[in-house]
Parts: sequence; structure tokens; C-alpha cells
Amino acid sequence: MELPVVRMRNRRSVPLADVPVLPVTETGVVLETAVATGWRIVSLFGLPEGADELRLIAVLGHDAAGQLAALSTLVGRRYPALTTRCRQAARFECEIAEQCGATPEGHPRLQPLRRHSPDHAPSRWSQAPSDAASYRFARITGGEVHEVGVGPVHAGIIEPGHFRMQAHGEEVLALDIMLGYQHRGVERLLESLDRARAIYVGESIAGDSVIAHASAYCGALEALARSHKSGRAQTIRGIALELERLANHIGDLGAMSGDVAYQPAAAYFGRMRGECLNLLMTISGNRYGRGLIRPGGVGFDIDEALAQEIERRVRHLETELRQVADLFFGTASVQSRLEGVGIVSRDACLERGFVGPVARACGVARDVRHDHPYGVFRYVQVPVATAWAGDVYSRALVRRLEIQRSIEFVAEQVRAIPKGDLRAPCDGLVPGELVVALEEGWRGEVVHVALTDDGGRIRRHKVVDPSFHNWPALAAAMPGNQISDFPLCNKSFNLSYAGHDL
Amino acid sequence: MNTTLSAAAALGVVIVLAPGVIGVAARTRAALTHRRGTPVLQLYFDLFKLLRRGAVFSDATTWVFRFAPVAVVVTAILAALVVPLDGRASLFRFAGDPVALAYTFAFGRFFLVLAALDTGSSFEGMGASREVTFASLVEVGLFLSFATLAVLTHELSLSGMLEAPLARASASGSAPAVAMIAGSFFALLLAECARVPVDDPATHLELTMIHEVMVLDHSGPDLALILYAGALKLSVLGAVVISVLVPRANLPPAVAIAVLAGGLLLVGVGVGIVEASMARLRLPKVPLYLAGASALALFSLILALWSAA
Repeated sequence: MELPVVRMRNRRSVPLADVPVLPVTETGVVLETAVATGWRIVSLFGLPEGADELRLIAVLGHDAAGQLAALSTLVGRRYPALTTRCRQAARFECEIAEQCGATPEGHPRLQPLRRHSPDHAPSRWSQAPSDAASYRFARITGGEVHEVGVGPVHAGIIEPGHFRMQAHGEEVLALDIMLGYQHRGVERLLESLDRARAIYVGESIAGDSVIAHASAYCGALEALARSHKSGRAQTIRGIALELERLANHIGDLGAMSGDVAYQPAAAYFGRMRGECLNLLMTISGNRYGRGLIRPGGVGFDIDEALAQEIERRVRHLETELRQVADLFFGTASVQSRLEGVGIVSRDACLERGFVGPVARACGVARDVRHDHPYGVFRYVQVPVATAWAGDVYSRALVRRLEIQRSIEFVAEQVRAIPKGDLRAPCDGLVPGELVVALEEGWRGEVVHVALTDDGGRIRRHKVVDPSFHNWPALAAAMPGNQISDFPLCNKSFNLSYAGHDL
Repeated sequence: MNTTLSAAAALGVVIVLAPGVIGVAARTRAALTHRRGTPVLQLYFDLFKLLRRGAVFSDATTWVFRFAPVAVVVTAILAALVVPLDGRASLFRFAGDPVALAYTFAFGRFFLVLAALDTGSSFEGMGASREVTFASLVEVGLFLSFATLAVLTHELSLSGMLEAPLARASASGSAPAVAMIAGSFFALLLAECARVPVDDPATHLELTMIHEVMVLDHSGPDLALILYAGALKLSVLGAVVISVLVPRANLPPAVAIAVLAGGLLLVGVGVGIVEASMARLRLPKVPLYLAGASALALFSLILALWSAA
């Protein structure tokens, strides 16, 4: 069956008028059919239409075909939940209920995600905030079941989130995760701030994914402004993205070594993470790459001398990393901690639409750089790293493989930066268009969807951090595991709280 | 120097040196992972810092919570009294004192566990349950080792057993049994003192802790007492390992005590080497580790009985 959708490509805008509007029941059927034929929900969000109607826009992605698609439906204050037909819509509908004040009827688990008052509701709808007390934790009753709650304030220097486990002895039966402590109203800010300031919000969505979020944000703007950045800017962005991936993947391997109390690898990985951040600093003056990605291009150049320096340091890192990774992955006591813990099944991944290393670790070759190539990745193929077991070991292995490939990419590309301007003009957005910008951040698919109104102003800016998709994966991976393995399992996902809370 | 004075001097050395052994372990681990690490004297600094601080008590707790820190320190010192620290005779010795040693430690742990339950925190209850489970498994190996020593030396007090186990064993052709006991003791020491591979003293993750999560609610001087008692326990058990391996009955007392001090620092190095070379075990594997230590002790007992026959 030909789906009633408008086909799109990554960072190619389409007129909003081309997005079909279907009846809500038919939308559910289309989503169900689409997911059954290899599509997945990339984003689903509400757009107020007039004072009393909400337009739900669904963005779908087909990874094998490299295609994106959009469709929409108009709903009132109450509408039949799409989740009953398509499970991937579940969290998005919770978000819509909270942001827009619409109630999806028949939703199996309607929970507040961030606990704030609706900020994208049609003007005549009630503005009552979602209620923290209405969060219903999953509970298992029985004389021998006990409950372990952790957070929102944690022992380490990490972000706030509340985890509640139902356990039988040392075995976890269910895990519930309540987030939302970091909600800042990012989407509203991106819509309302002037463009000179908005980029600072764009790169602050998740503190460790500065490059990925800033690139996706700028990608959306550039498509709407018909701005064409030079090959030089594209390559520098690609290098920065891979350096960010390197720093975080290496840091994650180090954190996992620390969690299993394997000190040597923890110490070396920790130091090497710092070296990758320092590389970003030599380029942009900031360890996390703030200020590097700007609409129309990049804010800083990589000249010949710096390029040689980066290549030299990355090559040196490669040798050291191989030795430490061999040490880490080759130690029997480490392997026995990582294998078989926190398994995410391939079926669960396909059904629920997990992304990034979490998906690749259970054999789902899903990588925006490969499936929906953009920028420099249209010319340079980065192999997709996959593993099959879906456990902590596989997630660590995928990171190791990606580290190798990112080093290879940086070392090669830094020698071949094309000539060109750093920044192209990026002003004047085309009115009435919709664009989807995907970026493969180190955590997975970063999505920025932007819509312009008739005056060429941003009407709606939707952000989906990979953590939004993947937090349920952690909750699904824990049952049957030991309470004491939770920190390790959590670290193997290393999801963002701020990215989820927006 | 008479026996009592020598034993008292050895006790003094252990009491003073105990926090330093922990520091040596941490420093060794850091050096092996190419880090500078904390100063060897860090635990002394921490203890003084904590002693000068006030303590916070939850409204939910009772006198048990306040009593536990005192109980663990007192029991650790009492345990030290029955171990022949200088290699010849302990201050208190009687037939069957190995049982006293084991249960003096157990008595301190009993109060620590009660204090953990007293807080009503789910973390502390979880830690208490883990601690008790593993402690009961440690006893098996501990008593099998003592039984072996008793068979080898025909003595029933620690002082007699540890006077010259190696010489007695060599005489009866079962010297390997002594090495196996030392190995078993060291493995049990790592478990008893909450070190890698059983527990991780460096972690901040409550959910993975065993011993440390039990004492999360203690603060100030109480915490200092608990930390000190932990260090003392490591040194007392370390002294047992040293005595098994290095008979010192014929050495001058001063030399015997110097060997003790050096040996304790080496125990610290040993603990550090283990911690720098392997990851921690998964919790369900810990009983297997303890069963392994018990099996080692059991084989040494069989060897001792076989050569005695």
C-alpha cells in the first residue's frame, strides 16, 4: 500500500501545505502499517492550529531506504490515542498531552514526563500543569517484594533523575524512571528568541552533545534559509562531531571500567577522554566545542598547522587506545561483569524504536550518517558498527568499534579539508515550510524539526534527543538483573537527563 | 623483653599502623594504574578530620545506632588481643581462641548490621543483607583453615598454632598445606575487609556496595570509629597471614615486631596489586569466590590429615 505521506529527505524542506492531513483514526492505521513495513517514528508533536484545534505532525524515517516522511491529523481536546495502534507513539503522546493539553484516550500509560504547564496548547485550551502527584509508579505487590528508590539527588556528579525498582531479594522485577527535573523550556526558547541568541540555547540542550545538537539546529535553519555551506565548513563539522563521539565513547568505557572496579582501564580511558576534549578546545577554544557550529558554517577554522597537529595527536591516541581497549576487553574478570547483563532484544528495539549505540548493539544497523547522509557524510562513508547480543558488553563493543572508525575518519579528513568559506549567509527563512534535520550524535539520532509561519518566522521547533527514545530501553533491560548491576547497566546506556527534559 | 611487653608493643604497632596499611593499598593501586594517588597517610588525616566534626543522627534511630561504632572498634581491639601479633604469644590465649577471634569480629558486625537496620533505609537494609550473607560463608573457610593449623600443630590456641606452623608442617611433609592456608586466609581477608574482588572501597554507587552502604548514615566521630575498626580488622587478619608464613618465635622480639610492621605494609601492597589487576566480581559470583577459598582450606585440611595419619 502506498502510504498517504509526503516524502522528505534529511535537511530538505517541504511546504507545510504538502503534508497530508488525515482523519485521526486513519493516522493510527497508517502509523501501524508504516512501522510494520520498516518505518519508525522519528518525531511526533503538536502544532496549535487556531484557537481550538491541534495538528499532530508525525515524522517517519525509513532507514534502509534513506527516506523521511511526514503526515498529520487534526485533533480536539480529546482524541483516540495513536499508541493503541503504534507503540512507538507512546512517549510522544505523553509529551503531547503535557505540552499541548490534549488527552489521548485509551493511552495505556499516560504519565507526565516533565511536569510543566502546557506551552504549545491552542489558546482556548486549559493551561493546567501536569501534576507531579499523578505520576503512577509501576508497583509489584507481594510480601517479599521490596522497593529501592534512587535519586533524584545522586552520589556521583550526574544529573537528577529518580529511579524506582521493585525487587525480590537482589533481583529487579521492574524499574520505573521519573525524569523532568531539568526542564528548561528549550523548544519555546528556540521559537521565541532571536536567532543570534537561539544558537546558544541550541548548543546547550545536552551539555555533552554540543556539536550534535548545534549541527542539527543549524542544519534545520540552513535548509529553511536555502543557505549552502562550503565543503570546508561541512568537513570541519564532521571532524568536530567525531571528536565529540570519541570523547564521550572513551569516557563511557572508562566509566564502565570504574563501575566494575577495574582501575587501570578507568584511569587511562579517563585521561584519553580529556585529550579528545582538548582537541576540540584547540579548534574552538572550548572543551565541549561551544562556539564552533554556527548557522551557515563554522565559527573556527582548522588551518594547515592545526590539521597536522590534530592528525598527529589522533594517531598517537589510536595506538594507546588499542592497548587499553585490549586490556579492558581481554580481562576475564571484566568480561564476566559485562556479558549477559542488561539485555535489550532486537525485537524490542524494532518495536519501540530505540536509536544509537543501544540499537546497534542488538543488531539493528541504524546510523543517520549512513542511512540519511548529510554534510561530509555524503562523500565519506563511515562503516556502521554493530554487535548482536544487546547486553552491556555489546554496547561497550559498539563504542570500541566506533572509536576506531572515528579516529580513522578524523585522521583522514583533517588532511583533506577542502578550500572554502567558513560561513555562508544564513538569513531569511522560506515561509510555510517544514524541515527535518537528523544528526548522528554519539548517543544516537538527534532530531530537530522546524516549521516556519507565513512571515518566515520559526513557528514550531521540535527537538528529540536520542535519550527520549532510549530511556525506556534502560527500563526494559533491567528486569531479571541484579540490583547491584544497575549502575553498570545505566552507564552502558549513559543517557542524557537534560536532553530528555528539554 | 618479656612476653607480655613484646605482645603489648606489637599490639601498639598494629593499632598505630592500621590506617597506614589502607593508605599503602590505595597508593599501590594508584601507582600500578599510573596515577599519583592519595597520600599514604590519607586515612589518618580523614580520621582526625572526622573526629573533630559533629555527628548527625536520624530521628528514626535508637541507641543501637550510636552504640554500633563503639562496638566495632572494641571488638576489633579484643580480636587483636587473641592474635599472636609478635609471632610468639598473644596477650590472651586459651584453648579454642580461634573461635573467639571469629565471633568477636562477628559480634561487632552484628551491631553494625543492627545499626544499619535501625536507620530504616532500604539501602542500608540491602547492604546488611549482603554483608551477613557473605560473612556466614567466610566462616566456613576460616574454620577449615584453623582446623588445619590445629591438626598440623596439635595446638588449640592461636598462639600455639601460629608459633611455627611451617616447621611443624615440613616435619610431617605437609608444607604445601601451610601455603594453601595462607592463600585461603588472604582471599578471606579481602572479603572480610570489603576489598576488590568482593567489594569496591572506591565506589560511590550505593546500589553496588556491600560494607560501605551499611554505614552511609554514620557521620563524624562515629564514622571515624567505623573506618578505623575496618583498618584494624585488615591489619589483624593480615597479621594472621604473616604469622602463618613467617614463623618468628625464635627471632628477637624487636626483629619480630619489625617483621610484623614490614609484613603489614606488604599485605597493603598485596591488596593494592589485586585491586589494580582485576575487576570486581558480580554479586552472585561472590559465594563462588568464598567457596573457592573454603575449598582451598579444605584441601589443606585433607593434606594435613593425610600426612598426619
